[in-house]
Formats: sequence, C-alpha cells, structure tokens
Amino acid sequence: DGSEDNGEGSAVETEETAKGTDKGRKRATPRTRRAHARGRDRHGDEEDEDDEDGTRRAGHRRHRNRRRGRAAGNEASDSDMEPAKARKNEANQKSKEDDEEDEDEKGSKSGKGKNEKKGDKKSDKKGKKEKANKKKKDKKKSGSGSDSESEEEPITEEELAKLKEEVEEKKKLIATLRNKPWKMKKKLSVLKEAQLFVEKFEGALGKGKGKKFYAYKVMMTKKWMKFQRDFENFKTACIPWEMKIKEIESHFGSSVASYFIFLRWMYGINMILFGLTFGLVMVPEALMGKPYGSLPRKTVPRAEEATAMNFATLWDFSGFAQYSVLFYGYYNNQRTIGWLKFRMPLSYFLVGVGSIGYSFMIVTRTMAKNANDDGGGDDTSFNFSWKMFTSWDYLIGNPETADNKFASITTSFKEAIVEEQESRKEENIHLTRFLRVLANFLALCTLAGSGYLIFFVVRRSQQFALEGLENYGWWERNEVNTVMSLLGMFCPTLFDVISSLENYHPRIALRWQLGRIFALFLGNLYTFIIALVDEINLKARYLLPFTMFDMLLGNIEELQIVKYNMTIWEASLYNGTIPANSTAPPIQVDPADVPRGPCWETMVGQEFVRLTVSDMMTTYITILIGDFLRAVFVRFFNYCWCWDLEYGFPSYSEFDISGNVLGLIFNQGMIWMGSFYAPCLPAINVFRLHTSMYLQCWAVMCCNVPQERVFKASRSNNFYMAMLLFILFLSTLPAVYTIVSIPPSFDCGPFSGKTRMFEVISETLEHDFPSWFGKVFGYASNPGLILPFILLMVLSIYYLNATSKSYKEANLELKKKLQ
Amino acid sequence: MGNKQTIFTQEQLDAYQDCTFFTRKEILRLFHRYRDLAPQLVPLDYSDKPAVTLPYELIGSMPELKDNPFRQRIAEVFSEHGDGNMTLDDFLDMFSVLSEMAPRDLKAYYAFKIYDFNNDDYICKSDLEKTVNKLTRNELTPEEVSLVCEKVIYEADADNDGKLSLADFQHMIIRAPDFLSTFHIRI
Repeated sequence: DGSEDNGEGSAVETEETAKGTDKGRKRATPRTRRAHARGRDRHGDEEDEDDEDGTRRAGHRRHRNRRRGRAAGNEASDSDMEPAKARKNEANQKSKEDDEEDEDEKGSKSGKGKNEKKGDKKSDKKGKKEKANKKKKDKKKSGSGSDSESEEEPITEEELAKLKEEVEEKKKLIATLRNKPWKMKKKLSVLKEAQLFVEKFEGALGKGKGKKFYAYKVMMTKKWMKFQRDFENFKTACIPWEMKIKEIESHFGSSVASYFIFLRWMYGINMILFGLTFGLVMVPEALMGKPYGSLPRKTVPRAEEATAMNFATLWDFSGFAQYSVLFYGYYNNQRTIGWLKFRMPLSYFLVGVGSIGYSFMIVTRTMAKNANDDGGGDDTSFNFSWKMFTSWDYLIGNPETADNKFASITTSFKEAIVEEQESRKEENIHLTRFLRVLANFLALCTLAGSGYLIFFVVRRSQQFALEGLENYGWWERNEVNTVMSLLGMFCPTLFDVISSLENYHPRIALRWQLGRIFALFLGNLYTFIIALVDEINLKARYLLPFTMFDMLLGNIEELQIVKYNMTIWEASLYNGTIPANSTAPPIQVDPADVPRGPCWETMVGQEFVRLTVSDMMTTYITILIGDFLRAVFVRFFNYCWCWDLEYGFPSYSEFDISGNVLGLIFNQGMIWMGSFYAPCLPAINVFRLHTSMYLQCWAVMCCNVPQERVFKASRSNNFYMAMLLFILFLSTLPAVYTIVSIPPSFDCGPFSGKTRMFEVISETLEHDFPSWFGKVFGYASNPGLILPFILLMVLSIYYLNATSKSYKEANLELKKKLQ
Repeated sequence: MGNKQTIFTQEQLDAYQDCTFFTRKEILRLFHRYRDLAPQLVPLDYSDKPAVTLPYELIGSMPELKDNPFRQRIAEVFSEHGDGNMTLDDFLDMFSVLSEMAPRDLKAYYAFKIYDFNNDDYICKSDLEKTVNKLTRNELTPEEVSLVCEKVIYEADADNDGKLSLADFQHMIIRAPDFLSTFHIRI
C-alpha cells in the first residue's frame, strides 16, 4: 500500500498527485476496497452490531469508526455540513491511510465503537445520528466516484477557510468534551477522532506563504496547552488540607466544612501578604540596612538593656524584639540602602498600600464569583420540589450524620405539609412576635453590658498605670486584653441561648446570630481603640513631657522643645558650651545612650501584635478547655453521675460556626490595621492560621458532634465576604489617615524627617524619574483633572447599575413567559 | 514531573483528563480507589484496556456512597448495562459528574436520570413516591407522601402531562440554590 508516504498530510499528497497517475492507481486499490466496505455499511448501523467478533477487515472497522466519529462531530456543530462533507471525504481517506499504520489503537477503538453504539441507543441523539449517517452515506456514494479528481485539485482559498472552520469546531469540541452527557467510551472515541482530524488538517492548513510559520504557531499552541494543563495539575496538587476537609465534610456536612474552606482561603491571602512584607521590607532591611547597634533607633536604650533578653520582655514584644526588623521604628530613613540601591522607604510605603489594594481586589473578586454561582435568588415557587431533589447532601459519608439528615428531612417535610394544610392561628403570631421582641431586647442589654464592662476595665487600667505597673501582677497588666477575649468567648453563647426564644428557621437564626456577634465585636473594637489611644497617652504622659494627642493634633511646638532638649544634651558633651553652628568633630557616643523621641508607630504596632497573640492564646485555651475537657468530662464521668450527661446538660459541644467565622474575620481586621506599623504581623498570622487549622480539625473530629438540624451553608458565603469587605474598609481607614494627615515620628522609622509619609512618593519622582514624568504627574494630580475623573467613575457606576437592572427585568420577563 | 507510573499510557491519561474534570494526580488516585475495592480483579496495567467490571455490591460499599439512599440508582445510571456493575471508565465518569467542577446542566441531566427509577425518561408519581420514601426512610404516612408528590407535580410540571420530563426537571432544578452544593461528592 502506498499510503505510508502520505502520513505527513495532504500537502505532501498534492505534490505526489501532481507527479502522475501511478500514485492514483496505487490509491485506487485501497479505495475500491473501502468502497466495497462502504457498500456493506450502507445497509445501516444496526447490521454492524451483529458482527460481534473482532475478525472483520481492518478497512471496514476503521471506516465505521470514522463515520461514527464524524457523526458525533456533526452533533456538535450546527453549521451547514453539505460543502464540508466533500472535504470530510478527503479527510477520511487521507487519515485512513494514516490509520493503517496504527493497528492496535484502531483495534481497541473498534471495541469501544461497539459499546458506544449501545450507549448511543440510550441517548436521544440517535435519531439525529441516523439522519446524519444517511446524509454521509449519500455523499460517500457520490464522493467515491469523484474522489480521484477532487484529490488532484489544489485546495482553493474558500475551501481552506472552510477547513479552518472545521478545525476550529473540532478544537472547541475537544475543549468542551467533558461537559457532554455521554458515556466515557463515547467521549474517548470522539476525542480520538477529533484529535486526529485536527492533527491531520493543522498541517494541511499551513499551505503556501505562511506554511512554516503556521506549523510553528501550531506547535507553540500545543506546547502552551500542555504547559497550561501541567500548571493546572500542579496548582491542584498545591492546595493543602484537601483530605482533612473532606473528612470533616462527610462527618459534619457542608456548613461546618465551609468554615474550614474559609480558613484555608484566608491562609492563602495571608501567605501573599506575608510574602510581600517579608520579601520586600524585612529581608532587605535585615540584609542591606545598617546592623543592630549602629544607630540610636536600632539599639535598645541603656535603661532597658538589663532586661532586654528576658523571655517575659520578649513575649511582650519589647526589648530586643522591639528594636528589630519586626517593628516600624527599626527602619532607617536613608533613601537608598546597600549596593543594589534599594529604596527602603519607598518599598515600605508601597508594600503597605499594595497589601491593602491586593486585599480589596481579592475580596471583591471572590464576592463577584460567589454572586455568579448563586443564580436565582429567593424563589418560593419550587418549595416542595427543591426539598425533594436537593435536600439530601451527597457529601455525607458517616452513618450518624446520615441519621441526623434523615430526621431533619422528615421534620422539614412534615413542617411543610402542616403549613400547606392549615393556616396559622392568630395567637401564635402574637406570641412569636412578643418573644422575638423580648429576645432582641435581651440582646441589646447584653451588648450594652459588654460595652460598659470594657469601659470600666479600661478606666481601672488607667488607674493602675498612674500608680505604677510594677505594683500589680499579671492579671492587672493584661486585664483589658483578657476581658475583651473573654467577652468575645461568652457573649456569643449568650446570644445563642437568647435566640432559642425566637424560633426561626436555622439559616435565618444564623443570620441574626452573625449580626449580633458582629455588633458585639464592633462595639468592643471601638472601645478598644479609644482605650488604646488613652493608654498610650498615659504612658507618654508618664514618661515624656508631652502627649500623643498633642502629637496627633500636630503640636509642633512641643516637638521642638524635645528637639531642643536633645541638642542641649549633645552640646553638653562639648563641656557646657552651646555652639551656634557646630563645626567640632562629632564625639563618638554609644547609640544606646542617646535620648530618644517617642515612637508612636512602634507602640501602636506592639499593641496590635500583643492583641493578636493574646487572641490566639485565648482561642486555643477555649478549645482545649471548652471542647476537649468538656468532652472528656462527659465521656468519663457519665458512669457515676445522676443524670445522663450525654443527652442532658452539658453533653458534647457542637461546632460553633458563626463564632469561629467572625473571630477569623475580626482577627484579619486586626492584621490589616496593624501590618503597616508592624511588618511582622502577617508572619505571626500565617503561623496562627496554620496551627489553628490543625488544632481545630483535630478538635472538631475528636470532641464535637454533628448538629441536630443539619442545614446548608449555601448563601452565607457572600454574607461572610460582605462582612470581610466591611472590616477591611474599616481597618484601612486608620492607616490611610495616618499616612495622609499625621507627621511621622522624627527619629524612628523609614519616614522620619518628613512632614508627611506620602512625601516619599514625590521624593522618588524627583530623584528617580526623568523630569517630564514629574511634570505629568503634577498635572495629573491637579484637582481640576481628578474631579472630572471621579465624576466619570460615578457616571459609569450608575450606567452599569442601570444596565444590570434592565437585564434582571428582562430575565424576569422571560421567566414569566416560560411559565 | 515525576510521571513514572506504569498503569496508563500517557495518551490514555491525557484522554481521561480531556474527558473528565480531573487532573492527572486525581485520576491515578481514583484508579487506586477503584482497585482497592477488589485488588484481585483489577490489574495494575491498564494500557491494553482490560474489560474489568466490578459488581454493584463493591461500589455500593464505598464510604462515600454507603450512606447515600440513592446509591443503587447512581451506580445503575453510570454503569454500562444499567445493572450497577461498573468499569473503570464508568467509575471515573460518575465521580467526574458528581465533582465540584461539573456544570449545572450536566449535573441536572444526570440527576434526572437518577431520580427516574423506572427509566422511562419521565419522573412520574411512582418515581416521586419512591424518592420521598427513600429520603424519609418510610416515616411519612401514605397520605403525606401522596400530598408531597402532588405538590411537586403541581410546582414543576410545565407541560401539564402529570409527570416531569427532562425539560421540566431542568427548568426547576437550575434555579435551586442548593443543587450544586448538595449534588456533589468529594473524592
């Protein structure tokens, strides 16, 4: 058979056909054989099924498979197949010559082909396929006669374009193959057909001028797709904790698992933030900046040196921890550092702004994705249908959870039936309303009580500070932090008890619960901020002759007094004279002895770090005591107790989804607020989330039981995201305010010496960019340009809102029409 | 990339990746799950595509399926001959459709097949009754079951023939907020 030479594609073939008729004659033999086979096939698909043995002729088998492949291809494309069929005939013949080389693949395909037939019978595409097959058979009849001529014609531009179209269709089919509701065997054979077709004709399409370039492009596309697939595989392999979450999902249902998925997502964000702060801020300063001890801001003051290495001091993040890359105050304000000319202050500023920008972007993107998945909205027109077809959670893989689920489905059906059969009685409504009002009143009382408690504790701590903190033990020193954490622990439980009065559907009850806890945490946070400002105020008053409030108000006079004091001290080294302009050589003074100005940024950073650490400790201790010890107690003391501990009080605890999610969100708010002042915060948070994941996974599996009413987490996801976005917005306000309005400390941090932190940008524009750039930027930041830009954005938001509303209305109209 | 496996040819793996929603690693993991059900029946070399079928009892005993009241129907829908005995291809197909990445309409198509107990391409009243009884483990009275089925047909039957066709079912299920998250098995 002369087909071996034609393996490379029709380009080669046309050259050969031009050579003479002997090739044609050679091809005539296989063609007539195939025509004979085609004749047999023309009698219909059904006959082929009877040939159960695999001893049919190679051509016949291959031919049937080729036809079926094309039939499947036809289903995918809606274009007019008539002119394309002639092309396909040619394609068939050429690829058949190729096929004769791979025996075993075809052999296996025929096996698939047989089974695929049976699969086809089940699908409702059968009728269509028979029609398509018939059409093809007719074409083949006419095609077989005229084959010899059509192969020898050069392919025209129009046919080339059509061929290209077909190749594109096949490629699209391959890409969407996994979405088709076919049996695997059929999919595999269709894939094979389509791939061979594409391979054959990618070569053919590269005719004439751009042939080599086209072939190169095709090869690059293939390599790119392979790379993409490998990258996707790699990305999926990188996702951590998949098995753990699966186990939890099968035991506790998807609502509990959604918390862990949320935790994992937060971990990803924190890793990126950690990468930014570590790689672009901490490492350059550590490697290329001046070492510890070379500058006053980088050295522990003489007075604190004795206790600087104690564990207690380090745990409190003072001493050596304070004067290190972990906090704002360590960084020098040199414009460039090291031989790389790394611009440290610019990097610090951009990393701070960039972290916030990245967080906004990713939260908004996730919200948009979730909104897409939600689809319909609150529809009650399919109440019973949805109960029947979507209430069973296929993820459940545990008999206990399954039992709970069966019970909850039964109850839900019974409730719906009762609602359907009778209308609600009057008294019930009033009683329910009264109970709900009472519950809300109690919740408000709890919130007020917690706010007052924090205020009280803060005032006491101010008193302690005035009297000197050395006189008091650990409790008094950490009272504010501990009380806040304890409140965050107990109040949600209180809200839970209150909500049992309200008698809502569990999903609605969860929303109320989340809302109340949100209000609680927000109130605590504001009280804490006020306390923070006051406390620093007090410390400052105690140690130095001015207050932070004054600093905040930009009281330059007081700062100048301090500066004057420092120059006096310097001068005192020159034995008492106060020179007007000092030209004497600088005397070497140990940096530890130089008096410092206050560094409020580091103090703020320290407070945030302490809060995060204490929050972490509280969570872990709560889990160990609240869940683990309780479970141990119930399990082992049940034998010698009056009542059944497992069914009555206290019983095993259920996993508190709302409390944990909100804790996570508020913790992240802390990180966002504090990471500008303490670059070490994302690192601490990554560590915290990592250990939290393992500890909570263990605790859930070991100490908790599945919830009584197992319900879906479904749309709560966007609720969490919305809260996260709100917290992000609130957290970035303080940082943005300080960047824009407050002068940085004059002798610590990368912005020391400037009047405002954002001046580093204008400085960079001046020094590092060509002059025209600075001019352009100057024009761009002109209010005359910014205001129209803002106006344009507002108008575009309005326009997009209007179009989305109109789409929704059109949707509703269509829905109505369908019904 | 550490692809030193000898179970499938590279071509087979690529084809499986194109036909399912799984990555290479997941396909190998699924193969080992399949094999673990009956190590003596399933060979370690699939490059010549052996025709190995596992009986329904083994499939139904998998931890992901054993608590599911519809496991028999799931196995029947995805099996070759509709009897619940599955080859590796069927196995991969089943978990691909039930995975997270499968689109709504593909899942709706197969969900319809699963709930159509008598395979007549319509979900009629008897199919609905069987579904409810499986969901509640026969705890509802016959009147309650009948009421539920009537309500479902009332809500979802758009062409008023007293039973749900594929189009009716798809129209109803596509809007359901929980469908994607419940019709999902993670493996």
